[in-house]
Amino acid sequence: MQWSAMLFLGAFHGINPGMGWLFAVALGMQQGSSRGVWRALPPLAVGHAASVGAVLLAAALAQTVIPIAILRPTVSITLVAFGLFHLVRHRHPRWVGMQVGFGDLTVWSFLMASAHGAGLMILPFVMRATPGAMAMSTHHAHQMSADAPGWVPLAAVTVHSLAYLGITTLVAWIVYRKLGLALLRKAWWNLDLMWAASLVGTGLLTFFL
Amino acid sequence: MPLLKPDPTFYPSPKMAMQAPQEKLAYVALINPTKNGRSDAIGVVDTDPDSSGYGRLVEQVDMPQAGDELHHFGWNACSSCLCPYAPHPHMERRYLVVPGINSSRIHILDTKPDPRRPKLVKTIEAQELAKRTNYASPHTVHCGPEGIYVSALGAPDGGGPGGTFIMDPETFDVIGPWELDRGPQQLAYDIWWHLGYDTMVSSSWGTPNMVKDGVNPEMLLAGKYGHTLNMWNLRERRHVQELDLGAEQQMVLELRPAHDPTRTYGFLGVVVSLKDLSASVWTWYRQNDGNNGGGKWAVKKVIEIPAEPADPKLLPPFLQGFKAVPPFITDINLSLDDKFLYVSCWGTGEFIQYDVSDPLHPKKIASVRLGGIVSRAAHPAKPRQPLNGGPQMVEASRDGRRVYFTNSLYTPWDEQFYPDGIRSWMVKLDVNPAGGMALDPKFLLEFEGMRSHQVRLGGGDASSDSYCYA
Repeated sequence: MQWSAMLFLGAFHGINPGMGWLFAVALGMQQGSSRGVWRALPPLAVGHAASVGAVLLAAALAQTVIPIAILRPTVSITLVAFGLFHLVRHRHPRWVGMQVGFGDLTVWSFLMASAHGAGLMILPFVMRATPGAMAMSTHHAHQMSADAPGWVPLAAVTVHSLAYLGITTLVAWIVYRKLGLALLRKAWWNLDLMWAASLVGTGLLTFFL
Repeated sequence: MPLLKPDPTFYPSPKMAMQAPQEKLAYVALINPTKNGRSDAIGVVDTDPDSSGYGRLVEQVDMPQAGDELHHFGWNACSSCLCPYAPHPHMERRYLVVPGINSSRIHILDTKPDPRRPKLVKTIEAQELAKRTNYASPHTVHCGPEGIYVSALGAPDGGGPGGTFIMDPETFDVIGPWELDRGPQQLAYDIWWHLGYDTMVSSSWGTPNMVKDGVNPEMLLAGKYGHTLNMWNLRERRHVQELDLGAEQQMVLELRPAHDPTRTYGFLGVVVSLKDLSASVWTWYRQNDGNNGGGKWAVKKVIEIPAEPADPKLLPPFLQGFKAVPPFITDINLSLDDKFLYVSCWGTGEFIQYDVSDPLHPKKIASVRLGGIVSRAAHPAKPRQPLNGGPQMVEASRDGRRVYFTNSLYTPWDEQFYPDGIRSWMVKLDVNPAGGMALDPKFLLEFEGMRSHQVRLGGGDASSDSYCYA
């Protein structure tokens, strides 16, 4: 478990305009008030945390029945395939609607994070597996994961989501208050490509480490 | 391959889009009015004042088959790609989606690598459209949140209902009909929206059978052409409110919602009133303006342009009994700052600029005459040559400094009102930012044999893009 990786990936997700800060800024502009920005932040964080948490929970459950020696390469291959798919076809979830309340925004954030594989990206860092685990007997690995403290994935989601929220808040506030949206035209690098590359990279890392 | 940075022609807000560079070229739909087996085309017009070809047709891309009746067209992608809920800013504004309302074929033209020489890359046949959507006569094209939205005048058998369908902006596959619940809506024509309020607006003309053989006088006098405006929930794809302008208001055509996504009003043009042959512009607006989405919509007539008395000898048979020439408002266009509304009166030949800063109280500030059923007003470039047809499809540049218009309406209707045969032209006006406009004496483009219809400006214009940020 690398806490710095959790923080870094939280920030990486937060800085992506497609993950929420831009929506918060737009809602502030639409409502003509910074309250629109502030109100958007909690549901964005809740939705993001729920998406990431769901993936970690699924993996934790899987770990109790599937040997880690099989699970790790499975996660690795899933990450690479997901990343490659995103490189080839940059589909995004269909969503129409600026008139959104707390529930809508939570669902939106959940969908966006899930579709972009936010939880998958951090999974390898949370999966309790040392390099040696691969070589160990499946029984042993199983035993080790079962022994892993239950609070670790929960703490990982919390740290990750706080980092996400921090960066989302910071960027939304700076853009809404200071920079304005003209910067979108210049600085909106194609993070989808970088994101897809990150998925592939993390997948390969998981496989070879 | 997606772009690494956003398409430079995408702008977050209409205000920023007004800083866009001047258009270097314009695309114009060219219709072959004869039944000689030659096809319609998309023309490319040089609009760069520093170019030696300024004001001239530099390219003509023929459609693969004859009989399309090109009408309106649009882009695969635009500034709505920057919308926050599903941003895909690295799409390219690259392909023109060009439907034929007669053939129901949809052509996809690639404007890259050479914007001056677009290439046809795909044709969607009428059968495909019918199979996927049960619609025919595709008309208005808008790039929007779920892809390319296209309105359709009716069903494959030429009857109703008309509606809206969606196309994939990358593969150009026809996905299917858009609406889940159309309520009482039957007739269709134009569509547009208030993206900030998840609201779509649609207008009503007539089914393909009602329009393809010309204006049907019996249907017209019985008030059978469209006289309603329909409001939709864009998100839930459902009809929410019908606004009836009254059966005497015949043919509700172009819709121009405020570009500012925080505003809740827009303008629509009505071709003719059965009461006195006047034409009108109406403002739709949301009552109890607020942000909760619960307000009802209302519509109010804000401009009425009377018919002009005329010597019956100068009128086509269709109008002789009325001894007057109706204005026939066939198109309107709203500048990106929501300040000026341009109104085409295809019958009288008048082209009017209104200040609509107060949307319920427009002020007429300037007017020019060109063509017209009776007036046949000439252009300053050729002051002794009478022109026919009248101001029709109008397009304003993003910075609001230039306005272009063409003079033909729709082949079967052209013959009824200009039976001598429309000789087609396209002109440009220079606009004073404070108000006022003048015809550019260097820009009178006359088309040989073809009739010009909608104009789209390179990089976008005042009716091609929608915005999610104020």
